[in-house]
Order: sequence, then structure tokens, then C-alpha cells
Amino acid sequence: MDLLAGIFTDYTLRNVALGAALLGLVGGVLGSFATLRRQSLLGDVLAHAALPGICLAFLLTGTKAPLILLLGAGLAGWLASLLMLAILRSTRLPEDSTLGVILSGFFGFGIGLLTFIQHSGDSDQAGLDKFIFGQAATVVGEDVLTMAVLGGVALLLVGLLYKEFKLLTFDPAFASSLGLPVRGLGTLLTSLTVIAVMIGLQTVGVVLMAAMLIAPAAAARQWTNRLSTMVWLSAAFGVLSGVLGAVISATRENLPTGPLVVLTASLITLFSLLLAPERGLVWDWRRTRNNRRRIRLERLLLDAHVLYNHAELTPESLAQRRRAAPARAKEELEELAARGWVTGRGERWELTEQGHAEAHRLEQAMRVLPKALNPRAEGGAGGAA
Amino acid sequence: MIKSSINEQASALPRRAAPLEVRDLTVAYHEKPVLWDVDLSIPEGQLCAIVGPNGAGKSTLIKAVLGLIPKASGTVQFFGQPLEAARRRIGYVPQRSSVDWDFPTNALDVVLMGLYGRLGWFRRPGKAEREAAMHALEQVGLTAFAHRQIAQLSGGQQQRVFLARALAQASDLYFMDEPFAGVDAVTEAAILQVMRELKKQGKTVVVVHHDLETVRDYFDHLTLLNVQVIASGPLEQTFTPENLKATYGERMSVGVGR
Ligand SMILES: Nc1ncnc2c1ncn2[C@@H]1O[C@H](COP(=O)(O)OP(=O)(O)OP(=O)(O)O)[C@@H](O)[C@H]1O
Ligand SMILES: [Mg+2]
Repeated sequence: MDLLAGIFTDYTLRNVALGAALLGLVGGVLGSFATLRRQSLLGDVLAHAALPGICLAFLLTGTKAPLILLLGAGLAGWLASLLMLAILRSTRLPEDSTLGVILSGFFGFGIGLLTFIQHSGDSDQAGLDKFIFGQAATVVGEDVLTMAVLGGVALLLVGLLYKEFKLLTFDPAFASSLGLPVRGLGTLLTSLTVIAVMIGLQTVGVVLMAAMLIAPAAAARQWTNRLSTMVWLSAAFGVLSGVLGAVISATRENLPTGPLVVLTASLITLFSLLLAPERGLVWDWRRTRNNRRRIRLERLLLDAHVLYNHAELTPESLAQRRRAAPARAKEELEELAARGWVTGRGERWELTEQGHAEAHRLEQAMRVLPKALNPRAEGGAGGAA
Repeated sequence: MIKSSINEQASALPRRAAPLEVRDLTVAYHEKPVLWDVDLSIPEGQLCAIVGPNGAGKSTLIKAVLGLIPKASGTVQFFGQPLEAARRRIGYVPQRSSVDWDFPTNALDVVLMGLYGRLGWFRRPGKAEREAAMHALEQVGLTAFAHRQIAQLSGGQQQRVFLARALAQASDLYFMDEPFAGVDAVTEAAILQVMRELKKQGKTVVVVHHDLETVRDYFDHLTLLNVQVIASGPLEQTFTPENLKATYGERMSVGVGR
């Protein structure tokens, strides 16, 4: 709790936490659209492509002013994404190859520039490499303000064009048939994703940035079937990861903020993938198991019902009908008895009132006719049909 | 039903521009044209089928006409106007497989999308739009499923959601890409009923269709397409063995002469 209070009192921590929270917020919102458009890896390209932009901005202007560097980063990322979309549209290169080529091409170029700058002997340049893995501790008030303005613009546009972005994401062909400029809207959405990346560069860096677009959105999708809820939740998960990551990293010297933010987001995603109701793996697994058990019991009851009505219900007759061992059939009868559907009178068993009612209900529900005893089934015991 | 359509033809107004008029349309994705020199005139107030083998360019025709993909050449007019001027009078039912049904939204929300064009930029759907969407869902018999996540609908129900979205558009001309694909007899009857209702209201419906057995029962007008238009006109004149052979190749033999 002291730590959380530190957000309000400790100047450095406050800036770091604010920066990370802003990143989470904007990344969460735009990541929702990116993942639903199956473009989560585009975020990765954008982020990696930012590195040469940062280096070129520094080389050209000689300053390390955050706004200049971020603009360089954004411009490079934006160009990379346009280049990628153009390649996809006009060639038959598969999407993953295109992504790989552009990502490694831009990133490699960036690393080359970075090395060049570091060896150029200009001592002022130290620190550009912080953009690779991020260095949240260097975030100051001025940076937070820049991030807030950029993020504010992005979120405002998403708010205004929410309906259009939603249709574009779900059914671009239909959107186009309504006369919406789908290409322009798509480019705009991608450009806003570039802004999210710009916000994250200082905190988590180019390598881990994509996680802040993908993880909160993937987690949020697990909990809801409404896009608006998903967007809000994704934003909330992003903010939570940002703040928690910042606070945890402040507990100890030398705990890097960026990776902790990403780690927190990943844990939230893992938790959601496993435990979210409906879509979570654990529930899914339980539901499948319960269903299977229920269906087995129901079929068992229907078998018992037919036997009871047309022949006699004993472990032997049941075993014969179900082609199981008599001992197993006995166990099964006891399972039914535990539900109150049959009662045992020595060797002979009978359906209870409740068992009859349930069997009738099932027959109705499934519209199955009670299966007549099959005279061809081996053995004669059940052959009364 | 039959009577009403006769009445309608009798009371047809002085000649107006056809709902759809295509001239010299050619479309190519790559080198080879997928549609070649297509001329087409769709009459008002009729149910019109577009029929042809897989890969004949049926979907491409609809997409090119609606401006979803670029044309290599040709002109398209709706009610005598260019596409932009006629947008609000055109409804579209894409192929069901063209979207990801695991999208986080429900049936009502999808139908509401049919009203986005009328709403215009920035405005969000309100109560009036919701009511219109519910009414469209009612017409396709899906009222009970309005709030169901769309992945949890059957294929036939998803198809009807798309149909309801087009109904919500309240258009005069509808394009439907294989609305009967993969639906059972009950859904097929429901969709047909909706199309006939549209016809009764004087609307024009253009349907990509695959089932030659039902063409005669369902449609008034037939266009046989295989890259080029093989034949286009009133069903009785176009639905002939020779035309089908020309469209599908020799091996086709369908009970045309029923
Ligand atoms: N996006 C695309 N890029 C390249 N070629 C395409 C594209 N879409 C369709 N084609 C090609 O254009 C031709 C016509 O396709 P289209 O989808 O219009 O056929 P269709 O008549 O609708 O077929 P189906 O009955 O299978 O739906 C096909 O040969 C197809 O391979
Ligand atoms: Mg098609």
C-alpha cells in the first residue's frame, strides 16, 4: 500500500506509472481493433520499424528531444505499415513472409544506424539504445505530457469513429458497399496504432511493444461477447499492467519497468485464457467433461427405461443391452439409483416415478422414439419385443 | 402471390431506368479477365438469378458492380444514376463465409449495421434504429435470437441475420451472394418467403444461385454467366438446355424440360 501511495508522492514513480498507464490505455484500445482485424503482428512490424526512424531523426536533427525522436519513430513505423499493405495488395507474397521481410529489414537497418551512431564518438548520443528494450525510469513529466496529447488524439478519433471502425473490422466488404472509404479508414486505424507504439517506445521499447497491443486485447476478448465491453476491458487491463509493472519495479533496485509491465499483461492474459467463463480453457474442459457424463447417464437411463418397460431390468439384461460386463452394469444401476431414477429389489430393479418422468422428458426433448428391443441382439433375454 | 405480381406488372408505370444497367464490364484480378465484356440489364420488381459454375465470376460481378473491386472497363448504372448517387437504394448480402463469425457482437448489432449508411458519420444508433433492426429480425424469424452472440447461431441463422441486415437497409435493389448456400429446407423456405415479400413491395432482388433444380420455381429472370454472359432474360426464354450446355459444358444434363 505504501508503494501504491508512492504513485502520488514519489515524482519519478508517478511519471513512470503514468507513462506505463497511458501506454496500456491506448495500446489496449487500439490493440482490440488490431487483433480483431488479425493484424496483431502488424503492431510488431510497426514497433520494430520505429528504431531506424529514431536513429534517423537523431542523425538529422542532432537532438534527443522526445517529441522529435517519437515523430521519427512514428513516421518510420507508418511507412513500414503502408509498404507492407501495398506489398500484400499488389503481389502474391504470403502475409507472414511480407511481415518477416519488412520487420527484419527495418529493424536490421535500425541496429546498423544505432551502431554507427554509437561509434561516431559523439558522446551525446548515449542512450538511444534505451528504445530497444525501453527505459521507463527516464520518463519525465514532459514525456508524459507528450504521451497524453498523442494518446488523447488517438482515443478521441476512436471515440468519434467507433461505429465505422467496428463495421470496418467485422465486414469491410459490406462497409464498402455502404460507401465508407474502407481503405482510408483502415489506414487511419493503422496510423492510430502507430501512435500507440510511439507512446510505448520509451517505456517498453520496440522489441516488447507488440505485447502491449496483443495481450490486453486477447485477455479482454475472453471475458465478453461485446466489442464495446472488450475495448473498455482491454484498456483497463492495459492500465492495470502499466501501473502494476511500474509499482513492482519500484520495489527493488534494478528491476526493469518495461519487461515487468509486459510480464504483468501476459499473466493477465494467461489467467484469462484459462479461467474466463465460457471461453476459458478450464471451464471448457469442465463443461465437456460434465456434458459427457450427463449424456452417458441419460443414455443409460433410456436403456434402463426400455428394458423395464419391455422386459425386465436386471444387471444381466442391462449388461447384455449395453454389451458390458454384468459387474459394470451393476455399478451403472447404482449410479442411476444415486440419482433417484431406479430402485433395486434384489436382482430386479425398477424405475422410480422420477426415473419415468425423466426418461419421458428426454425422449420428448430429443424426439427419439424409445428404441424397441432389438430381437437380433445376441442372446434371448431381451428378445421380448 | 401470383395474382399480385400480375397486378403489379399491369400497373407498371411509364418506363423508368432499369435498377441495374451494366455495359461492357470487364474485370481482371491478374492477367486473365474474370469477367469479359458483360452487358446486363436487370428489370424492376423481379427476382433475378445469376447462375454459373464455380469460378464463373458471379461474386466478382456483384463486387465489381458495387464498387468493391476495381473495374478494368465498363459502366454501371443504378436506376439511371451512378453508384454514388444510388448507394442508399442498394442493399447487399455478402457470402456468409466472408466474415469471421467469432467477432464479439450479437445478432441485433449486426442487423444495426444495415442502418449505418443512413446514420452517416459519427452518429450512433439509437432507439429508433434498434426498433427498425428488431423489425428486420422479426421478418426473418429471429426475434428470439437478437441478443445471441453470432458465433452461437447456426449457419442458417447467420444467413438470416445477414438477410435481416439487408432488410434494415430498406433498399430498392438487393444483391444476395448465395443466400441459400448450406441452409436447410426450412431456412430456404423462410429466405424465399422474404424475397417474395420484397418482390411484392416492388423491390428488385438479384441472387447468385447454384441449384438448377429450383431456378424455375424461385425466379422470374435468369442470367447465365461464365466469364461472359451466356444468356440473360425472362426465365422461360433463357432456361434452355442449349444455354445450360453453353454455360456448364457438355456434361450437364438437367431436367430443364419439366
Ligand atoms: N481476390 C481474388 N484474387 C484473385 N483472383 C480471384 C479473387 N477472387 C476471385 N478470383 C478468381 O476469379 C474467378 C471468379 O471468382 P468468383 O468468386 O467471382 O467466382 P464465383 O462465380 O462466385 O464462384 P463460386 O460459385 O465458387 O462462388 C475465379 O477464377 C477466382 O479464382
Ligand atoms: Mg461466389
